[in-house]
Amino acid sequence: MIYWNSFSDFLHMGGYGLYVWGSFGVTAAVMTIEPILVARNRKATLSRLKRQMRAEARNTAE
Amino acid sequence: MTRRFNLYHFASPATFYPLAGALIPWFAAASVLFGLAGLYLGMLVAPTDFQQGEGYRIIFIHVPASWMSMFIYLVMAFWAAIGLAFNTRLSGMMTQALAPTGALMAFLSLWTGALWGKPMWGTWWVWDARLTSELILLFLYIGYMALVAAIDDPRRADKAGGLLLLVGVVNVPIIYFSVKWWNTLHQGSSVNLTKSSMAETMLWGMLLMAMCFWMYAIAVAFARVRTIMLERERHTDWVKAILAGGEK
Repeated sequence: MIYWNSFSDFLHMGGYGLYVWGSFGVTAAVMTIEPILVARNRKATLSRLKRQMRAEARNTAE
Repeated sequence: MTRRFNLYHFASPATFYPLAGALIPWFAAASVLFGLAGLYLGMLVAPTDFQQGEGYRIIFIHVPASWMSMFIYLVMAFWAAIGLAFNTRLSGMMTQALAPTGALMAFLSLWTGALWGKPMWGTWWVWDARLTSELILLFLYIGYMALVAAIDDPRRADKAGGLLLLVGVVNVPIIYFSVKWWNTLHQGSSVNLTKSSMAETMLWGMLLMAMCFWMYAIAVAFARVRTIMLERERHTDWVKAILAGGEK
């Protein structure tokens, strides 16, 4: 089933290792970092909006 | 008399917000599963290509990223048209949520293409129709994001951005058909509906990876649109209820 004879064959990619792993590596990095940035942005936005809402509530109470 | 399934109901941010939140884990899980299956078939099982050796395996991300870069743009143009025609609030939020992911897909398409072109054609880049039109797609994404960010009033930003998206949509068929219309270094399409030039495991590996990218894009866009909704609708009761409820 598995095409490769050894792990080093797999890494070597028939001489195309740099190109293949350069493609997969950057893609994996992008698809890891983007969700992290989206989650961070969500947290920051939520806390900012909550702060604003509390400030507005205080202003109307005064 | 009320219809049981009403699309307008889901087009309202107040209903779409919790729906998207509930769906994100499913799309994320589907993306991981499709990705594992696709990588297993493509990287471990699929045989070598008789012309390109193992270098062809870049196809398993190059083609899905390229497809998604074009498809996301079409979805954005669709939302832009809806927004300009019916003045719906959700449209501009959707296009803004999709744009960064589309831009990243266009970047990945160009990046993996360069790493594929170097060993096969002997060059990272050529100014031919396919590559140049994909680069223009990346610029359209960046241009859309810059334009929307530069206009303070969100409704005007949506209108200007929507117009840019609709004008730019002409570029998508140019990318798609460029390999037929012009002489190019880029190979023709590997897959079409009637016949495929690929071995079965290669084809399945690629289709599974395409599903992985598709589910990923939906999950990320839904997550992003939820934040945009909170921001834009912060003065409405439904957002205030969410903020008061201590949503994490």
